[in-house]
Amino acid sequence: MVNYFLFSFKNLKKRGIRSWLTLLGIFIGITTVIALITLGSGLKAAVNAQFGVSSTQVITVQAGGLAYGAPGSVVVTPLTKQDAEAIEKLSSVNIAIPRNIESGKLEYNDIVAFGYAVSIIEGREKEIYKLLDVETEKGSLLRSGDRGKVMLGYNLMKEETNPFGKEIVPGKKVLVNEQKFEVVGILERQGSFILDNVVWMLDSDLNDLFDYGDDVGLIAVEVKDKDLMDKAKEDIEKLLRKRRDVKVGEEDFEVSTPEAALEQVNSVLNAIQIFIVIIASISILVGAIGIINTMTTSVLERKKEIGTMKAIGARNKHIFFFFFVESGLMGLVGGMIGIIIGTAMGFAGISALNSFLGSTTTPDIDVVLIFFALLGSFIVGAAAGIIPAMRAAKQNPVEALRG
Amino acid sequence: MKKEDKHKSEVINLNAVKKYYYMGDNVVKAVDGINLRVKKGDFIAVMGPSGSGKSTVMNLIGNLDVPTHGDIYLGGENTSYFSESDLAELRGKRVGFIFQQFNLIPNLTVKENVMLPMDFQGVSKQEREEIARELLSKVGLGDRIDFYPNQLSGGQQQRVAIARSLANDPDVILADEPTGNLDTKTGEKVISFLKALNKEGKTVIIVTHDLYVAKHAKVIYWLKDGKVEKKTRKRK
Repeated sequence: MVNYFLFSFKNLKKRGIRSWLTLLGIFIGITTVIALITLGSGLKAAVNAQFGVSSTQVITVQAGGLAYGAPGSVVVTPLTKQDAEAIEKLSSVNIAIPRNIESGKLEYNDIVAFGYAVSIIEGREKEIYKLLDVETEKGSLLRSGDRGKVMLGYNLMKEETNPFGKEIVPGKKVLVNEQKFEVVGILERQGSFILDNVVWMLDSDLNDLFDYGDDVGLIAVEVKDKDLMDKAKEDIEKLLRKRRDVKVGEEDFEVSTPEAALEQVNSVLNAIQIFIVIIASISILVGAIGIINTMTTSVLERKKEIGTMKAIGARNKHIFFFFFVESGLMGLVGGMIGIIIGTAMGFAGISALNSFLGSTTTPDIDVVLIFFALLGSFIVGAAAGIIPAMRAAKQNPVEALRG
Repeated sequence: MKKEDKHKSEVINLNAVKKYYYMGDNVVKAVDGINLRVKKGDFIAVMGPSGSGKSTVMNLIGNLDVPTHGDIYLGGENTSYFSESDLAELRGKRVGFIFQQFNLIPNLTVKENVMLPMDFQGVSKQEREEIARELLSKVGLGDRIDFYPNQLSGGQQQRVAIARSLANDPDVILADEPTGNLDTKTGEKVISFLKALNKEGKTVIIVTHDLYVAKHAKVIYWLKDGKVEKKTRKRK
C-alpha cells in the first residue's frame, strides 16, 4: 500500500500561505457549526433553567393574553385569591398558590435600584418553598409572622452582582419603597435571572406597600401527577372560563405549562440555528470551491512531478489518490482549526451567557459532533479534490515530464 | 519456448517504429521507422542533434509514449495493446529512468524518493527501506538518506536518481542527458557509475547530444531526421 497520507502530509507542510487561505471557508463553516451547537445546547439548558423546568409539575395561570404582553396595553381583569381557591379544589390539582409580583424601589447603602418583590402567602410558605425549590444560602427562610422582614435573591447579596456597591448580609436593613425591612435570609443561587434578583416578603407586607387587595398577579399550580398536566390545564381553563364568563377562544387569561413556554423559546432558537447552518453551509461551499481552485493550480505546478512518478511506475490510480488524499487532508486541517476555535467560541459564549443570566450551565465537548465535523471536513475536501485529482491522473506522461 | 528464449536476451526491441504527429494537413515525422534491438548487458548511446527525434525515441524506448506505427517489445512483451496504466506498471518494473534535471520529488527525503518506485509495485515497507538503504550506500550517499533533495548538490541528486532507477531491479537503465546539468567532473562521476552498473550486467541506454558522453557506450546509434543514420561499434 502506498502511503498516501505521509506523502500528502509532507506536501501540505510545504504549502504556502496562499493555499491555507483557501481553507478559510471550511474553517469558518466548521467554526460556526461547532460554536453554534455548543452554544445552542448551552443556551437551551440556560433557558430551561430560567423556566425552572426542574419543577415540571407547575402550571402558571395569568390574567391577560400573552404572558409577555406589554404592561398596560390591555385592560385586564385580574385573577383573584378566590380563583386560586377554586383551582385548588380541582381533582387534578394538588395545590394552587396565588402570587403577586410588584416592581418597586430597593434601597441600600444610599443607592436606589428598581427591582421586583414577590409575595409569600402566610401559612403556606412551606408549600411555596417546596414547590419552587427554595433554600437559603445564608440566614433563614421567612416564616409566618415575619412581618417587616425580607429574603433576598442570590444576586442581591454579592457586591459584584448587586447594584449597591456593598454586600448585604442577614441582619442588615434595606428599604423597599421607603419602608424599612430586615433581611433574614439570602436564597441559594437558582440559575434564573428573575429568581436571583428578587425580594421576597410576606403577602401582608407586599399588600401594604402596593395595595392590591384580593387581586393576584399569577397563580402557581402544582399538578397531582405529571401525567395529569394536560388534564389539569383543561380543567383550569374550563373553570376560569366559567368564573370569568368568557367563551372558548376568547380567554382573557392564560394557563401555561413549562413545556409550552419552552417550546416557544426553542422554536425561536431552532429558527436561529437553521439560519446559521445555512450560512455555515454557504461558507463550506465557498471553502470547497477554494480547495478545487488550489488543487487545480497544484496539479499544474506539479506537472513534472506527476510525469516523473508516471515514469517510475505510478499508475493513474496512484496519482489520483495522491491528490485526492491531499485535498481531503486540507479539508481536515480546516476542520480541525474550525473545531478548536468553534469550541473555544462556544465555551466563551456560554460563560458570557452564565454571567449575564446568572445561570450555571457547563458546556460539554461533544465527541460525536467533533468526529462527524472532522469526517465531514475530510469528505468535503476530498470531494473538492476529485476533479483536480482526475485531471492529474489523466496527464500524458510525456507532456507532464516536459513540465 | 524457443520464442521466449529469444526474447529473454532481448531487453528492448523497437520494430519499424514510427511516431507521426498530425497537425492539420501537415505530418510531422518525429520518428520515421526505427529498428533498435537492445540485448541484455548492452551499453548503448543514442546520439543526435536537437530535432533529430532523440527525445521521442527515448520516450518510446521507455514506453512513456506509444508509437503510431510499428511495435515495441519490452522484456519480450508487445506493449502496443497495453493501457496507459498497465504500461506504467510495466515500465516501473523493467525500466529505470534517469533524467537530465534529476526529477527527484522535492517534498520527499532521499530515502523516500528511492522507495517510491517500489511503493508503486507494492513492495513491503520493510523491504523498501532495506533496498533503499542498500542502493544509497552503493552510490555513496548512505549518510544522507534523510536529507531532502534541495540539501544536496547536483551530482549527489543525480546519484540519488541512479539509486532510484535501480529500485525495482529493472532490465534497463534509461538515461536522458544524465550529465547535461552537471559540470564535467561531476558528470564523469555519474558516467562512471553507469559504466560500473553495466559491468555488473545492467543494460544501459544513454540518450545524449554530447559525443564525449556517447563515447563511453559500446554501440552508438546516430539519429538524423527521425531515422538511424548510422550505427557505430566501439572497438575492443
